[in-house]
Amino acid sequence: MTTVEFRHGPVWVIAEQIEGRVRAVSFQLIGHARKLADELGAPVEVILLGESLDEPAQQLIAAGADTVYLGDDPDLAFYHPEIYTEMIVRLAQERQPEIMLIGSTPMGRELPALVAARLRTGLTAHCIDLVLNENMILEQKVPGYGGLISIICPERRPQMATAARGVFPSPELDTSRPGRVAPLVVPKEIPHRIETLEIVREEPEGVPLESAAVVVAGGAGAGDPGGWREIQGLARVLNAALGSTRPAVDEGWTELETMIGQSGKVVSPELYLGVGLSGELQHMVGIVGAKVMVAVNNDAKSPVFEQVDYGIVDDCREFVPVLIEKIREYQTK
Amino acid sequence: MLKIVVCVKAVPDPEKADQIRIDPVSKALVRADVPLVLNPLDKNAMEAAVQLKEQFGAHVSVLSMGPPPAANVVKECLALGADQGILLSDRAFAGADAYATAYTLARGVEKIGSYDLILCGRASSDGSTEWVGPELATLLDTPIVTMVEEIIEYGDEWWKVKSGLDNGYRVVRVKLPAVLTVTRELNTPRTLSFSGIIKARRKQISQWGIDDLDIPEQAVGLKGSPTIVSEMTTQESTREVEMISGTREEMAERLIQKLADAGFLASS
Ligand SMILES: Cc1cc2nc3c(=O)[nH]c(=O)nc-3n(C[C@H](O)[C@H](O)[C@H](O)COP(=O)(O)OP(=O)(O)OC[C@H]3O[C@@H](n4cnc5c(N)ncnc54)[C@H](O)[C@@H]3O)c2cc1C
Ligand SMILES: Nc1ncnc2c1ncn2[C@@H]1O[C@H](COP(=O)(O)O)[C@@H](O)[C@H]1O
Repeated sequence: MTTVEFRHGPVWVIAEQIEGRVRAVSFQLIGHARKLADELGAPVEVILLGESLDEPAQQLIAAGADTVYLGDDPDLAFYHPEIYTEMIVRLAQERQPEIMLIGSTPMGRELPALVAARLRTGLTAHCIDLVLNENMILEQKVPGYGGLISIICPERRPQMATAARGVFPSPELDTSRPGRVAPLVVPKEIPHRIETLEIVREEPEGVPLESAAVVVAGGAGAGDPGGWREIQGLARVLNAALGSTRPAVDEGWTELETMIGQSGKVVSPELYLGVGLSGELQHMVGIVGAKVMVAVNNDAKSPVFEQVDYGIVDDCREFVPVLIEKIREYQTK
Repeated sequence: MLKIVVCVKAVPDPEKADQIRIDPVSKALVRADVPLVLNPLDKNAMEAAVQLKEQFGAHVSVLSMGPPPAANVVKECLALGADQGILLSDRAFAGADAYATAYTLARGVEKIGSYDLILCGRASSDGSTEWVGPELATLLDTPIVTMVEEIIEYGDEWWKVKSGLDNGYRVVRVKLPAVLTVTRELNTPRTLSFSGIIKARRKQISQWGIDDLDIPEQAVGLKGSPTIVSEMTTQESTREVEMISGTREEMAERLIQKLADAGFLASS
């Protein structure tokens, strides 16, 4: 048997499963990890923790993993911060990964920080692109200050980053790809200072944002809960998913789950309508590959008009009710 | 008595933060004179601390790392009901990423002494990494629950809290001392009262620098940060806008026609 020597450590993805199903973002990150690893000349290794995951482990290989480190144990069924961290940290110390990627999910908003602090390395949140530069260092792109900021972790390893679902495309599954599954054991001497007693899942209302063909997003320009209800009404007549900007969430008009953008969800609708929002990059990076984009804003100079196909300058609180009315007329014509 | 540390960040006023831009030519930040305010979610963390103090009695310390003007934010927290205010401020602390921030805060917490609870906001409005709470907890070897939207049960040793998930929540039992990061669902922050402001005048803010914390310069600020900014660029849009004009009704009709032509609207 020949052993292959790699110049760089492996590219890692921490996969996430819910009730035995691997999340879409994990597959997407494996697809991207594959590209980075091929450039580096390094293997892709995926960590999957949960229970009864033989099938999913094979899918991860089909998506691009060379090795899946599989922790299969009832204690791992749900994300447990202490056990998950300990298992990942130990394996990272052994395998010395070059890069570690995790999806920006509720778990991915906590676990990578616990791991990064233990490994004393850098961690970049909510990236919208991850590319290797000429020195084979990972440029981790995030929007900021009206532009794009590139963050690097020049010395410490691994280079850790999170990205939301939809930032990278889903890879084609190739079931003939070779790969191996290596079992991981649950360490016994974990402190157990945190215990999940219950998980409650609520069915989301309306059209799910990430897969919606039409998205209506509202912003600060809605003005008040009444103005927001009009935007909700517009989403309803268009059978669209409702999205939002951060101020709309901060005002309490809508839930965090509807926020689109760098630190929210990434959507790829065919039609996007932005109402009463300024087109700040941190919001706009959450809209990927939309065919048609429309903005309604009462300020003709708003930067949002530089980023859409159709623009309407008007007070959305006046315009939206008229638009809803006219759409209804059109639909029943 | 409960000992609580609340970590608060002074952030550029979110209403005016969009004035800080990348200059398209020099690619450097154009620093507009944006005032520093208390990070919105840290108001919820402060409110939680003050409510615990009212309910059970507690000693509340406020801890912030930031430039000297951040003292105003610490002062505001004293007026909201904190007992002790500490500003970690030193030139050497500047340019810290999440890790270096958490490291410096951890040393600050250790200097304050023992604690039962550390409260953070879920995210800051400017950095918004959500990393500082969990990294701080790790560096202090303390358990953490993030996205806490309700405290359900206060035991002597264990607390039960509700923590947000996408489409749902989990109920978690956590052993004190612990770090909790809080969401806006947790409470409604009170506004400053006149009597609070008067009382706060008598409270002192301590300012600690690198010598007070007894840590090496390589461990803090830009030098202690694993990550650095390598480049800033501006973005060009690839779309060409067509403005739709007319009366309100005409604009609505014209837009509908465009959408119908593109196949997004069907009449019955
Ligand atoms: C690290 C970081 C991460 C962030 N992540 C996100 C994110 O994921 N998602 C996100 O959305 N934001 C995010 N933000 C915030 C983002 O920078 C902007 O502040 C936000 O997107 C602006 O929202 P807005 O357009 O609704 O509000 P504003 O920028 O205040 O714009 C409101 C617009 O409405 C218009 N308007 C006002 N009144 C009316 C009216 N009556 N009729 C019509 N138009 C009207 C105004 O002309 C203005 O253009 C982030 C910020 C930071 C620093
Ligand atoms: N410089 C700082 N000083 C004190 N607390 C901070 C600082 N930076 C972040 N925090 C705390 O960490 C939380 C999350 O911040 P962030 O990781 O930047 O999103 C904030 O809500 C604060 O509670």
